[in-house]
Amino acid sequence: MNQPLVRLTRREFLRTGTIGAATVSALGFDLTAAYAQVRELKIARTTETRSTCPYCSVSCGVIIHTLGDRSRNVRPAVVHVEGDPDHPINQGTLCPKGITLKQNIVNDRRLTKVKYRAPGSRVWEEKPWDWAIDRIARLVKDTRDRRLRIEDARGRALHALTAVGVIGGCTDTNEVNYLLVKAFRAGLGVVPIEQQARI
Amino acid sequence: MSLELLRISASGSPAPGVRSVPAVTKLVDTTTCIGCKACEVACQEWNDLPPEPTTQTGTYQTLPDLTANFWNLITFNEHDDSGTLRWLMRKDQCMHCSEPGCLIACPAPGAIVQYANGIVDFQQDHCIGCGYCVTGCPFDVPKFNPRTRRVYKCTLCVDRVSVGLQPACVKACPTSCLQFGTKEAMLEIANRRVEQLKASGFARAAVYDPPGVGGTGVVTVLAFADQPELYGLPRDPTVPMAVSFWKGPLKWIGNLAMLGGLAVAAIHYVRFGRKEDPDQIPNPKDQIPNSTTRL
Repeated sequence: MNQPLVRLTRREFLRTGTIGAATVSALGFDLTAAYAQVRELKIARTTETRSTCPYCSVSCGVIIHTLGDRSRNVRPAVVHVEGDPDHPINQGTLCPKGITLKQNIVNDRRLTKVKYRAPGSRVWEEKPWDWAIDRIARLVKDTRDRRLRIEDARGRALHALTAVGVIGGCTDTNEVNYLLVKAFRAGLGVVPIEQQARI
Repeated sequence: MSLELLRISASGSPAPGVRSVPAVTKLVDTTTCIGCKACEVACQEWNDLPPEPTTQTGTYQTLPDLTANFWNLITFNEHDDSGTLRWLMRKDQCMHCSEPGCLIACPAPGAIVQYANGIVDFQQDHCIGCGYCVTGCPFDVPKFNPRTRRVYKCTLCVDRVSVGLQPACVKACPTSCLQFGTKEAMLEIANRRVEQLKASGFARAAVYDPPGVGGTGVVTVLAFADQPELYGLPRDPTVPMAVSFWKGPLKWIGNLAMLGGLAVAAIHYVRFGRKEDPDQIPNPKDQIPNSTTRL
């Protein structure tokens, strides 16, 4: 019995082989390497700057992450803000408002120029900083000249100016508040000084 | 940067790792959540997700459900506890199951992976947008984005965790109702909290770590654990029957049937040759003698 079971032509052999190989690969012989890539940490090499959340009086500590390493040719941009774990008040946590700080800084609608609305006017006009500072100084000086009380009715020294108020913010540190009191209360005699800082 | 892999969708097992990697877990204590939503904002901010338009529907809840751009939602559930109104907060997000229904259901190789630390992550590069993971998830978490035609969900901030940081939501939480660590550490804190709750009158308090999905990477302390439905949680979540049957026995039966059919056809061909049709009009080529030598 030297007769083979079937006589395959070359064409038939190639055809059968190709179909067979295609079937095997379709059934799941996959040689592509499966891999997973974890996203890069977006703050891996950012510059960290400590700051204080400007919203409420709790004054949570925050870390502001900026692009670049402060090299001369790099213009930094804020990419992320999160709580400062070393800060004794919030210990890294933040509230829903505080955690949006990045959007407070990187925002098309953020006010970056002086806006002035004249008394009685209905429109805001853009003014230069120098103009604004000069005007504030002028008004403070005029008000003080007019309203400073040197002494009370019985002749006792007062040096009190109650017609001007100073409002600080929650990011004011001890040092800033010292300067506020020094400049406005000791210097100009302003009595109403208030801020919401607890730091 | 790569983490050791435990499981890859629609693929063979990855190379077994030798490093012992502790499973990471997020603890959600629903009894100390005040619904401030700092975690929601932290998630949006860290993941650079676009804002999702909201509408007022008579609740403080940000959105009715998770979306492809919103992976972490605090649900505000109102429960009438025999005359006392209980406002039950729950953190709706990916639970990072040990037996992830999404991964088991996924037909795209490498689109869903499970890292050795237990994090289940979607790889959008490999995703084919079929939405099987949506069907496979017992918690209804993955959401399809029709614009990109991919599915998205919480990553447990795998980019942060892989460099040793905690997830963004956990870091932000002001009441420490979110905590992060190894599974043992989180279960220890959770069980201590449950004891505390039981002592203060919440007899049905317990930890929600459902065994039907092999336990989860997000464990939740519930004051009314006998009724997880109050929080919008399934009582006994499992990988859906259709998914486990389709990906389990049916896959092998199907493969076997297909291979068997092919094998039988091949044997038949080898043994009996091509089927001859007696009514067929004779092919002129066959008339040529010695056709086998023509090649």
